[in-house]
Formats: sequence, C-alpha cells, structure tokens
Amino acid sequence: MDDAAIVCRGLRKTYPQGVEAVRGLDLAVPRGSCFGLLGPNGAGKTTTVEILEGLLEKTSGEVEVLGRRWEDSAREIRERIGVSLQETRLAEKLQVLETLRLFRSFYRSGLDPAEAMELVGLSEKAKERVGRLSGGQRQRLAVATAMVGNPELLFLDEPTTGLDPQARRQLWDVLRAFRTEGRTIVLTTHYMDEAERLCDEIAIVDRGQRIALGTPKSLIGSVGGDHVIEVDFPSADMSDRAEALAKGWPQVQSAHRSGTTLEWNVRSLTETLPDVLRRLEEAGLTLAELRTRQASLEDVFVKLTGRHLREESAIPHL
Amino acid sequence: MKSPRSPIFELILSRLREFWREPEALFWVYGFPILLIVALGLAFPDEAPRPAVDVASLPGHETAAAALRSGGDIDVVVNSLEVARARHRSERTDLVVIPEGEGYVYLYDPSRPEDHLAKVMADSAIQRAKGRPDPVMTRGETVKLPGSRYIDWLLPGLVGMNIMGGGLWGVGFVLVDMRVRKLLKRFRATPMRRSDFLLAILGSRVAFMIPEVFTILLIGKLLFGAPLGGAPLLLALVILAGSICFCGLGLLLACRTERLETASGLTNLAMMPMWILSGIFFSAERFPDAIQPFVRALPLTQLNFALRGVILEGQGLSDIAFPLVMLVGVGGIAFALALRWFRWT
Ligand SMILES: Nc1ncnc2c1ncn2[C@@H]1O[C@H](COP(=O)(O)OP(=O)(O)O)[C@@H](O)[C@H]1O
Ligand SMILES: [Mg+2]
Repeated sequence: MDDAAIVCRGLRKTYPQGVEAVRGLDLAVPRGSCFGLLGPNGAGKTTTVEILEGLLEKTSGEVEVLGRRWEDSAREIRERIGVSLQETRLAEKLQVLETLRLFRSFYRSGLDPAEAMELVGLSEKAKERVGRLSGGQRQRLAVATAMVGNPELLFLDEPTTGLDPQARRQLWDVLRAFRTEGRTIVLTTHYMDEAERLCDEIAIVDRGQRIALGTPKSLIGSVGGDHVIEVDFPSADMSDRAEALAKGWPQVQSAHRSGTTLEWNVRSLTETLPDVLRRLEEAGLTLAELRTRQASLEDVFVKLTGRHLREESAIPHL
Repeated sequence: MKSPRSPIFELILSRLREFWREPEALFWVYGFPILLIVALGLAFPDEAPRPAVDVASLPGHETAAAALRSGGDIDVVVNSLEVARARHRSERTDLVVIPEGEGYVYLYDPSRPEDHLAKVMADSAIQRAKGRPDPVMTRGETVKLPGSRYIDWLLPGLVGMNIMGGGLWGVGFVLVDMRVRKLLKRFRATPMRRSDFLLAILGSRVAFMIPEVFTILLIGKLLFGAPLGGAPLLLALVILAGSICFCGLGLLLACRTERLETASGLTNLAMMPMWILSGIFFSAERFPDAIQPFVRALPLTQLNFALRGVILEGQGLSDIAFPLVMLVGVGGIAFALALRWFRWT
C-alpha cells in the first residue's frame, strides 16, 4: 500500500486505569489527501493521532506511517512528519523566528525558518516574543513548527479550537496552501464546518470507534436529504403528536427530536415544505417556530448516535 | 539560506535566552547571594573580639571595675547581681564578676568560647592590678591571616550552595516545567535526539554557573576584601565538577516527575541533608566522628572541601583530586541513569 500515508488496522488503546479510549479503529489515509477525524470530546481522537505520531504506545492493532512502522523506523518517520499537538505551550520568552530556528535544527532537511513564517503569515511578528502573540498567532506558530521540517505528512490535533472565526479562516487558508505537492494532512476536530470545508475524507469517531467514513458530500447525502426542517411547538404534547404524525410521511427521510424541537431531513424544500405545513394545520397543530437549513455533518452524527456533536454548547467549555 | 545550526547549539542558545529574559530568575541567581553576602558580612563584622563583662554592684566592685578597665580591651558595666545574671543568660554579657569577701566569683558558661576568653582576660587584669608579676617578658605580634574571618570562610560555602541550588533547581524544575507544558512531548515528535536534549539542558546550566560563581566571589572581594586565592583555572575546574554533579542529580530527580509540586518536594528532600551537614555556614568537621562517613559522602561536603581548599588555602590539583573525581563520578552516573529512565510525557 505505497499510495497510503497511513494504514491502521484494529487499533486499540486501553489506558492503565482501564479507560478504553480507542476500540478497534481502522483507517486508511491516501497520500495527498486531507483526512479528518471528526467526533465529540472524549471520542478518542487525540489518543488515536498520538499513537499515529509515535507519542503513545498502542495496546494492540497495526499502524503504518508512510509505509514504515514505529517499532523499527521511529527516527525516519519523525524526519518525515510534522506534528501540532492539541495543547503545547511553547517557550514564551523566545521570539517567533528563534522558535522556528530551534525546531528547524532538529531536521536534516526542511524549510528556511523565514519561509515557514511566511507560510503561516507571521513574518511581521518575527521578533515578537511567543508570550505576546494572540491565540490565533500562537496556533499558527505551532503549525509552522510542524511545517518547518517540510513534512510529507502533517498531523494537527484540534488546530482551531478556541480561536475566533477570523483566526480560524486564516489557519484554514494556511492548510489549503500547504496541501500542494502531494502532501498529506490528518486533522482532528469537533467542528463539523471545519471538517466539511477542509477535508477530502472524514472518519466520524465516537466512543473510540469509527461510525462513518466518506467524503463530506457522501456523508451528508447518507442522511437522506440535503435539507433540514426544524419545527418547534408551544407544548410537549403537540410535539408528541407531530412526531407521531410525521412517521407516516414519505417525504421525511429521517427525523430527530430534542426537547420540543423536531428536525426532519427532506430532499427538496420547495416540494415538501408547503405540504408539511398544510398537514400540520389540518391536524390542528400550531407552530411556535419554523426554520430550514442545509443538512450538515452534524445531522449525520445526530442520525448515527442520537446525540449532538458539540455537547459543550450545553455544558460550558473550560 | 543560512544552514541551520546543530540542535544542541540551538537548544543551549534557547535556554540561555529564556534565562536572561527572566528577571525573577536573575534575581535568585545573582541578587539573592549578593544580599546574603552583604547581610552576613554586616552580622559578622571583621573585628577583634571584645569581651563584655558585668560587675555585680556588691561591696568591692569599684576595685574590680577599675582593674578590668585599665587594660582597655574589655567592655565593663556595673549592674545589680540580678540584672547582670539576666544579661548573661541572654548572652548580652560574656562574664559576670561577683565580689565575694576579698576575692571574686566568675560566672560564665564554659561551653561558650566568648565566656572563656572573657574569664581569662578578666582574671589576668584583676590579678595584675593586685600586683601579680609577669615572670617573663612577652609581646604579641599581630598578623592578618587571609581566610581567617568568618565571611572569608563563608564565601566558598555560599558558592557551593549556589552550585547545588542552581543544578538541582535549574535543571530539575526547568525540565518538569517543560513536561507540564507538553513541550517535551512536542520535542519528542521531532527527530531530535534525547542525548542532545539532555546535554543541552546540562550544558546551558553549566554555562550559567561559571559567571554566577565568579560574580559571588568578586562581590566578596570588592565588599569585604575576601581572598580569591588559588588558580582561577583550578577554581573553574572545581565549579565545573560541582555543576556536573548537581546538574546530573537535578536531571535524575526530574527524569520522570510529572508535577511541579513533586519536583520541588524531591529537590528539597535532596538538598536538606546537605544544607545541614555539608558545611555551608559552619564546618562539617564539627559533626561527631560517628556520622562523618555520611557527611563526607554528601557531594556538597566534597565540593565545599575543594572550594575552600582552592580559595582559602591555595591547594593544588593533587590535593583536591578526590573531591573532583567523586563529583564528576556522581554526576556521570546520575546522567547515565537519567538518560535511561527519562520520559518525555
Ligand atoms: N492519559 C490518559 N489516561 C486515562 N484516560 C485518558 C487519558 N487521556 C485520555 N483519556 C480518556 O480517553 C478518552 C479519549 O480521550 P481523547 O483521546 O483525548 O479524546 P478526544 O481527543 O477525542 O477528545 C476520554 O475518555 C479520556 O478521558
Ligand atoms: Mg482531543
């Protein structure tokens, strides 16, 4: 499998305290692609990539990175990959350029530190101390330290978590630019829009297992319907009746409920919406709210697990 | 494009930069020892000891007081017996002279050298005033022995203490802090070699140590005229050996420690016996023979021997060979073990 950047079969990781973080994961990442691991917090994404990065021992399973195994080619693999961890606090007293020079010195070949700075748009901050950078700039520096060895394969664990929308978009541009010359990116995220926009292929993981695999389009398509109608009712009783009623409608490809809100996936809004509204009215059900939107990976996750991807929207994130 | 420098060089450079850009660290390394030297220099001034003697105000005290004052070497005060006793208990006076009939009673604590000196001088003055002849003519010729003052003796001890603290904290704490910040894990993901990394941490600390130590000695010389004795090269060698030893031990303490609290606990635990036993503030040779083997087995004891030997007595390489070998040996073993047991995460 020389065309694969990563092959991983039956990967398992049980932490010493007994937590089964990864439970039999299969992955194959083609060279030159951007591959996303999408899943909620605690799904096992970090554990998985840290095993792929050679930072964590696996419990069992097979892992090949760039056609090599960690057991016998660790140094060679490290020369050829770049890593940005979920959380690293780089030395705050060092300047941006100094930090990149340091990381560059670890590799036999690589980019000029100035070039790496340019890639992530930090050239103006060359002499700035890391401690004075904004969150987005720090994250871009972390990515630059991963790129400075000119890696064939780049790992990014939650690269945009905690960043504002503008900083996220800047980083996405950096990653898109990097993906020339057949270089591979593996990233983890719990943002469905990030996975949708950046990745060629996505594995959705939950509780240490892969629950879906495909391109963003095919995954969204699998929900059956590109559109979602969200309806809310003034009482739980009305929601119950509407939920029961909708079970008999052929236009609804799949349905989901949270509280009094019902979500129906449909193929075509123009054909379905008037019909749905008419039927609800006939049944004497008044709407408190009506929304429609494009189906997303979020809906895929909801359909597969019955839960939302970003549970932390309800629980404040620390 | 400039070709990149070796990882070990870049790593050392980074550590040096981080250190210089950290004002708190600079204070602890340079400011604190200087303050300590100044404070101790003031507390133990360079003066000939002057005994303080109280005369109890009982009949006959005038004669005694006059006799004691005649030589001019003794500070004499007359107090009631109770006051004089109280002053002696609180060590404000070294001796109480209590008139008793035609003679005197000396109240003193024989375990205090000051009391002894006061008693001998007071007795001599009183006897002479009563007409005791000196059968032989004697005269004193005073000289100033270098290194005989407490501050002179103390300085090498402070240097030793600084090398110990710098090695154990400067290496151990820095390493654990990097581990806590996940920076070690990040380094692990690069092809950088473990031995390069550990050598760089060690090398940067040793590089700090030499100017640090010479600063302390220079301050001692400028403020108190303390001797800088011995050959500078030999002194640098001793400092180097001490740094290797304590940096190695610092590395060993930190090689698996995951929390800063654990690191500081371990470091304090390692330093405690040496603080007490290794002769920083008073001579290690004062401890009973029974525990001397243990005292001498402590690296700081050996480092202080070597430092005092070179700085105060101008000893040569052959005199301090044993301490040097021991320090480098302990450091080397600690480094080898740390290299083996080291964990990045
Ligand atoms: N060092 C560890 N020791 C024990 N359990 C861990 C450790 N790291 C992670 N876990 C647990 O493993 C599971 C997966 O964690 P993680 O891989 O960090 O998930 P994600 O990156 O998807 O949020 C979680 O239940 C987490 O609590
Ligand atoms: Mg994670």
